[in-house]
Amino acid sequence: MGLPEVWFVIVAVLWTGFFFLEGFDFGVGMLARTLGSDESERGQMLAAIGPVWDADEVWLVAGGIAIFAAFPAWYAALFPAAYLPLLLVIVAIIVRAVAIEYRSKRPGPKWRSRWDTAVAVASLLLAFLFGVFWGGIVHGIPLTADGTFVGHSLLSFLNPYSLLTGLTLLLFSLAHGATFLALKTTGAVRAKNESWARRFDVVAGALMTGFAVWTYWAYSRGDVVALMVGLLAVVAMAIALAANARVRPMVAFWAHGVAIAAFVAQIFIALYPNVLPSTVDPADSLTVQGSAASPYSLTIITVVAAIALPMVIAYQAWSFWVFRKRISVDDAARAYH
Amino acid sequence: MNDGLLVDLSRLQFATTTLYHYLFVPLTLGIAPFVAILETLSWRTGNPIYRRLVRFFGSLLIINFAMGIVTGIVQEFQFGMNWSVFSRHVGDIFGAPLAMEGLLAFFLESTFLGLWLFGRDRLPRGIHVACIWLFTLGTWLSAYFIIVANSWMQHPVGYVLDPETGLPVLNDIGAVLSQPFVLLAYAHTVLGALVAASVFVFAVAAYHLKRRQHLPEMRWAWRAAIAMGLIAASGQLVVGDALGVVVTDVQPMKIAAGEALWETAGPCAGLAIIAIPDQEARENIWEWDVPCLLSILATNSVDGVVQGANELQGEYEQAYGPGDYTPNVWIAFYSFRLMIGFGLVGAAWMLVAWWRTRKGRLPSGRIFWAISIWIVITPWLGNMFGWIFTENGRQPWVVYGQLTTQDAVSQISPTFLFVSLPIFFLLYGAFAIVEFLLMRRYAIAGPPDDDQPMAGEPSRPLPQLVA
Repeated sequence: MGLPEVWFVIVAVLWTGFFFLEGFDFGVGMLARTLGSDESERGQMLAAIGPVWDADEVWLVAGGIAIFAAFPAWYAALFPAAYLPLLLVIVAIIVRAVAIEYRSKRPGPKWRSRWDTAVAVASLLLAFLFGVFWGGIVHGIPLTADGTFVGHSLLSFLNPYSLLTGLTLLLFSLAHGATFLALKTTGAVRAKNESWARRFDVVAGALMTGFAVWTYWAYSRGDVVALMVGLLAVVAMAIALAANARVRPMVAFWAHGVAIAAFVAQIFIALYPNVLPSTVDPADSLTVQGSAASPYSLTIITVVAAIALPMVIAYQAWSFWVFRKRISVDDAARAYH
Repeated sequence: MNDGLLVDLSRLQFATTTLYHYLFVPLTLGIAPFVAILETLSWRTGNPIYRRLVRFFGSLLIINFAMGIVTGIVQEFQFGMNWSVFSRHVGDIFGAPLAMEGLLAFFLESTFLGLWLFGRDRLPRGIHVACIWLFTLGTWLSAYFIIVANSWMQHPVGYVLDPETGLPVLNDIGAVLSQPFVLLAYAHTVLGALVAASVFVFAVAAYHLKRRQHLPEMRWAWRAAIAMGLIAASGQLVVGDALGVVVTDVQPMKIAAGEALWETAGPCAGLAIIAIPDQEARENIWEWDVPCLLSILATNSVDGVVQGANELQGEYEQAYGPGDYTPNVWIAFYSFRLMIGFGLVGAAWMLVAWWRTRKGRLPSGRIFWAISIWIVITPWLGNMFGWIFTENGRQPWVVYGQLTTQDAVSQISPTFLFVSLPIFFLLYGAFAIVEFLLMRRYAIAGPPDDDQPMAGEPSRPLPQLVA
């Protein structure tokens, strides 16, 4: 395995980290508005992600930069092709971050309720769009031999498979978010999320199964590793469902982690050896080897990643440990207002 | 293939995004160490004045930081979305500094900001103080790596051109990270941010001192801001001059345009204070000179010769073929002067203010306080004009000597830009207003009166963020 393959795996790891961490933030963002019966319950739910959501979002920045750094040709072909979906993503990212930060800066139910709605809508859009984005990549886009995109920026990313991928990620985020809240809150909010985590896991598990079957059948047929990984995703979701049904959110939380890693792995296995398949002619697809940066450049970023990533994981895990205590309505009022 | 409309709209969008981003960056860079020092003083002395100042300026830091982060993410996306040829061109070089920024700086600043903000009663005091310092380190590292990338666009080093693709391939990361251009541009940026943050703290303190409220805290902030601002501005005089000499060496056309110098001049070349350039005729309609000053500033010697735009244009045509290699001289000349003027006027006023408030005096003149408050705008203008000068002065190149801005753009439909530009304008405009109103509200409210942990009682009109 050469350095380009190593970076193909690192990109997958960074996006896994993003979906695993920011996934529950998306879920919490949607659930706060819909499950919170009043402003204080919504505040309690958002307080549970208050100290960590910003660092979770950096996994997206890292995932994007990794594509730019390790596969410049992939980045240069993909981002203009996906102009309109990415524009939506940018708008949602801005609105969501500003809304989470500013909701607590003024009292008053109207001010806060408006920002809460913004957080929910933006979280929903992001969870869905990132699924559509990756589903669209696996499905492929119209690329010519010189890497020019000849399709429609929005429609080329919309197809039944990418929509299923988007829905899968959306429901996964809801299930993951409810599980996280069941783990991190007390009182009425905890009880509500314990029961909703179970319900979401039923739908998310079904979608994850549909995604695994479709991905294997359409993009990885005959590949035993792909089959095993797809199976792993389904089993992990089943374990998560069983755990949430028995009110064991910690087990469900980590089972979601395994499931989302297997979800991303299926995407990357389906892509390999391509990074961006062409629907015009398979021979025009961008490949791992063909889009990689120079060996010298890859060596440097490999050293950087080898030093930085373990440190990042260590201090981020420590920050989760620092904030391990469950959040009550009163804690939220003190810490987040 | 080079659709002029597409290029213009893409440039407008990127200029809007970067300049908007830079509304937030200087305050974050400059006020983070200020809050970190206050936090440390509060820890070591236990003096409640420091504690109240930490909470007060910490709240302002947080409001500002959120916007800085998201507008930064937009830039990362826009490299690829709007400038894909550029991204492809610089990809092998930018990969290293941008990966370092993401993995070393971004994670550091956002994780430790969360720990500092919410961890006050969950962490040992010393570790909690360390968190704000690690956050500060993250913001400063981030600025460094992005300046590395920008400096490479100004002056590419440490690469060879791939014989097959014609694209630059990195071969010396040390040169990219530590060329003199990077070190001076970084110092210049950071000092500009420190001046901006000092003037900001100074203006906020002026608001309260004028009303004779929160006196112990605001007297301290006032004095600290003047000290920090004067030191940073003095440093800026030295660094700015040194950077000018390096730019004269590696980007002579930028300096020629910035000085509206058409014909090569020297020894003892005069510096135009005011000029009316005529870009078409490639001469000045009128100018007012100070003799010999340009030679001294650009080459550190009275005998120095400074190349003019016309001679350079000839050299560039020889090297790169026919084309116009002269940036817009109006913009270059006046943005250069406005950068220096707005950059330094704040510090100059601080000297006046220091004299008027010596030994604890508080003048009663309304004009004095009005100027001390509204001066807050000037360093922001100085920073903006600085970026306009350095980016405009590099034109027509996006990567100096390698790739023109015309050729760097993504071949997308201009319709997309007609969609995205209004969205960005609306969104940015709305959030700028929200941000300004929130900052104003918190700045006017002043530091908390008591030393109790900030409970969220509904009666409290302005709950503090830094609990």
